[in-house]
Amino acid sequence: MVNAAQLHEVIERRLVTPVKGDQSQVGMYEEQFRAFTNDSKAAGPSWLRHMREQGMARFAELGFPTAQRGNERWKYTNVAPIARATFAPAPTGRMTAAALTKLAFWNKQWTNLVFVNGKFSKTLSSEMAGGVYAANLADALVSQPDLVRSHLGKYASLASDAFIALNTAFLRDGAFVSVPADTVPTAPLHIIFVTTKTTAEPTVTHPRTLIVVGNGSKVRVLESYITLVEDSYFTNAVTEIYVGNSATVDHCRFMVESPMSYHIGMTRAYQGQDSLLTSVSFSTGTAIARNDVHANLDAPGSTCVLNGLYMTTGQEHLDNSINIDHVKPHCTSREYYKGILAGQSRAVFSGRVVVHQDAQKTDAVQEDKNLILSEGAEADSKPSLEILADDVKCKHGATAGQIDLDTLFYMRARGLDVETAGSMLIHAFANEIINTAPIEQYREYLRDYTEKLLPEFKFVAPE
Amino acid sequence: MTTPPNTISRQTGVSQQDYKWGFDINIDSDAVPKGLSEETIHQIVAKKGEPEWMLEWRLRALRHWMKLKQEEPTWAYISHPPIDFQDIIYYAAPKTKAGPQSLDEVDPELVTAFNKLGIPLQEQKQLAGVAIDAVLDSASVATTYKKTLDKYGIIFCSFTEAIKEHPELVKKYMGSVVPYTDNFYAALNSAVFSDGSFIYIPKGVRCPIELMTYFRINLANTGQFERTLIIADEGSYVSYLEGCTAPIRKQNQLHAAIVEIIALDNAQVKYSTLQNWYPGDKEGKGGVFNFVTKRGKAMENSKISWTQVETGSAITWKYPSVILQGDNSVGEFYSVALVNNYQQADTGTKMIHIGKNTKSTIVAKGISAGHGNNTYRGLVRFMPGATNAKNYSQCDSLLIGDKCSANTVPYIEVKNSTARIEHEASTSKVSDDQLFYCLQRGMSSEEAHHMIIKGFCKGIFNELPFEFAVEASQLLRVSLEGAVG
Repeated sequence: MVNAAQLHEVIERRLVTPVKGDQSQVGMYEEQFRAFTNDSKAAGPSWLRHMREQGMARFAELGFPTAQRGNERWKYTNVAPIARATFAPAPTGRMTAAALTKLAFWNKQWTNLVFVNGKFSKTLSSEMAGGVYAANLADALVSQPDLVRSHLGKYASLASDAFIALNTAFLRDGAFVSVPADTVPTAPLHIIFVTTKTTAEPTVTHPRTLIVVGNGSKVRVLESYITLVEDSYFTNAVTEIYVGNSATVDHCRFMVESPMSYHIGMTRAYQGQDSLLTSVSFSTGTAIARNDVHANLDAPGSTCVLNGLYMTTGQEHLDNSINIDHVKPHCTSREYYKGILAGQSRAVFSGRVVVHQDAQKTDAVQEDKNLILSEGAEADSKPSLEILADDVKCKHGATAGQIDLDTLFYMRARGLDVETAGSMLIHAFANEIINTAPIEQYREYLRDYTEKLLPEFKFVAPE
Repeated sequence: MTTPPNTISRQTGVSQQDYKWGFDINIDSDAVPKGLSEETIHQIVAKKGEPEWMLEWRLRALRHWMKLKQEEPTWAYISHPPIDFQDIIYYAAPKTKAGPQSLDEVDPELVTAFNKLGIPLQEQKQLAGVAIDAVLDSASVATTYKKTLDKYGIIFCSFTEAIKEHPELVKKYMGSVVPYTDNFYAALNSAVFSDGSFIYIPKGVRCPIELMTYFRINLANTGQFERTLIIADEGSYVSYLEGCTAPIRKQNQLHAAIVEIIALDNAQVKYSTLQNWYPGDKEGKGGVFNFVTKRGKAMENSKISWTQVETGSAITWKYPSVILQGDNSVGEFYSVALVNNYQQADTGTKMIHIGKNTKSTIVAKGISAGHGNNTYRGLVRFMPGATNAKNYSQCDSLLIGDKCSANTVPYIEVKNSTARIEHEASTSKVSDDQLFYCLQRGMSSEEAHHMIIKGFCKGIFNELPFEFAVEASQLLRVSLEGAVG
């Protein structure tokens, strides 16, 4: 028989090895890929062309992860509608600063990188300032080729994921942020991917972000995925974050796409020794949305905090898959996700924390709480722990339910009507996550934003 | 500590370090040849003298199993060499002359064997009110306490007998909770199951004694495929105990059982298991592969409670579940699972809330030592109609040594907004502070570990019937020998 460590290799292989899925639209993507590679403007260096080809080949091999069996990572999210739909490459879109400010957080003092339909908008973006290199990838490939090459595609493995493979195949532009060692940029960074639509048919973009933070530096980054339209389109985003030794990354992710759209967002982080990554996500639902985060604690003493708030309503589906690998000792991780569900929506949380055999003194906490406001909404939660080291402190918890009626009674007894009391409690529930967002100005924006959403998330008292 | 009279671990003089229950009983076995085909089913049915409808039922299950193309499920956190399902003897019954009427007619060798096991059949009536239906390699050999039970109209007999004597009950309930299409091993069991226990508690009867069955795998290369069916009619109560042992065999022995419980309105069923099948040796050779499907269906105001102590088997794959069908029904699952050396356990429960105001409680304690791998896997599902349903789950894992692992994989699916669910789990090692405290007071490291581990499991042991509780604690100590201290 195999021992525990060998068995875990088998489990890992089973979980990570994707099962062949839906390949019905592979031909369409291959055709788009041929058109894309024939476009001389998109060529880039030979290693990048090779990487794209690998991505395309891997995607063609895998298809979208729709398998019913042996497809644990996508157990609660059926991506068949994405796999079967046809999408055209998004055409060039137009956007004004005035329109942007209405859609998302906006601050002129920040270093902003704006992408409209996947293409970099120089006019909306800011000039680099304060010791940070922030530009679009296409430019960075020319001015910082070695740096980009040594990090791009290193953390988001296309071997195990069809969506990453597809994103890599169409890697042309995206955001690149690089902070040299021992630097603290004065202004936070804001990377915005906005979808506008000019054609009748659904479109697809493959936004890519690479954030490289040198040893001893500290950076604040906000990523926003937003839209002007209420249509069907597909955003297939990949973000790679490298956190150097003793570096700190404060990361926020704001995802408010069209309720008709598909959004798959992959975030892959690698952390150096004694580094700190705080990543707080806010998402509303779409037709199918996935926030897929994987943090690799591969050096001793690192800490990561992955929190999130999700609010779904209507027929929306939102899946948060939050994974942490504790590879080396003395690392700490915190996962705290909270969901507010209304309408007939469905929210999924799956968290997987793996503590490897060498990762002694690991301290890991994983938590998911769901507030279900209406009949017909569904919350699925799968917080899993896999532990191979013994000197560890690990725990997880999950709860689901409606507003506590005793608490409500307490508030009503003090003269508040049901509606006010309900909305106060919902707001308080959300604030627990919002308060952990590491960028202060954005935190306030988020608080206001969620408050504006609350009329859609009403508590209906039982009779 | 004194060993109570009626326990499994009757000291046999074998070194405590080794598997205490490792001895062969030389009883002639009446076995069918190796392999599985429709022919095998015909042979089993012929040997057991079963009626035509059973043959059909078994064949349907076999055909379904064949359709699964011998692809065992791979989602569990277990790994083993492929099982050659054609290299297994599917039926082996001890040769006894036509059904013994009394203990005197039972093969004396068998009685000796039971005595070695600590089941003194002859002293049964003086013992702690436990009626034992001993299943030795598939066929139920002797059933005692029949008369007492008859008085209440309680049926407690072997499955084979039930097929003959109570076909209407078997037809009505067999497969109603675990259909043969349920999973790979359930299909296999449904096709080849050899024997097992059958219990029927009539309306309003509270079973006066705890019913008990023994399972023991004896013949080399046999799989044990027993099937248990418990029907608690309206307003009845029964507590059922199950103990399992297997002698040392080099090869892995397959065990694929099914337990079905039906608790009709206002009934209560308590099912306790102590499983110490042979876990394999220190290098991980041999041991039993234990693939069990246990499930209960709880109707209105009824309650089904599973308690298990799993210390044996090379592989444990077992999820005693409750379908909370009726309003106000209650499901409980209390479990201690221990792995040492190269054992693998993937065990937990499923609580499916369908009715209103249904409640379930899950308390699972996992202990990992040696190179073992222990997984809690549980599903709690609230269906849309499960208004005001509640679940509380707690899963704690204890790690002893840095070569073992502990996993917690809960699935929570909530489709009703009034549901309330809380799940908690923690994993740690034996606290250094607690150990220091004990050592400082003069305890040996082993004693201290044992005491702390016993404390860790106390909540579960409290759910066990008394004799089993003492036994379970002893079993933990023996299973962990060499791992601590």
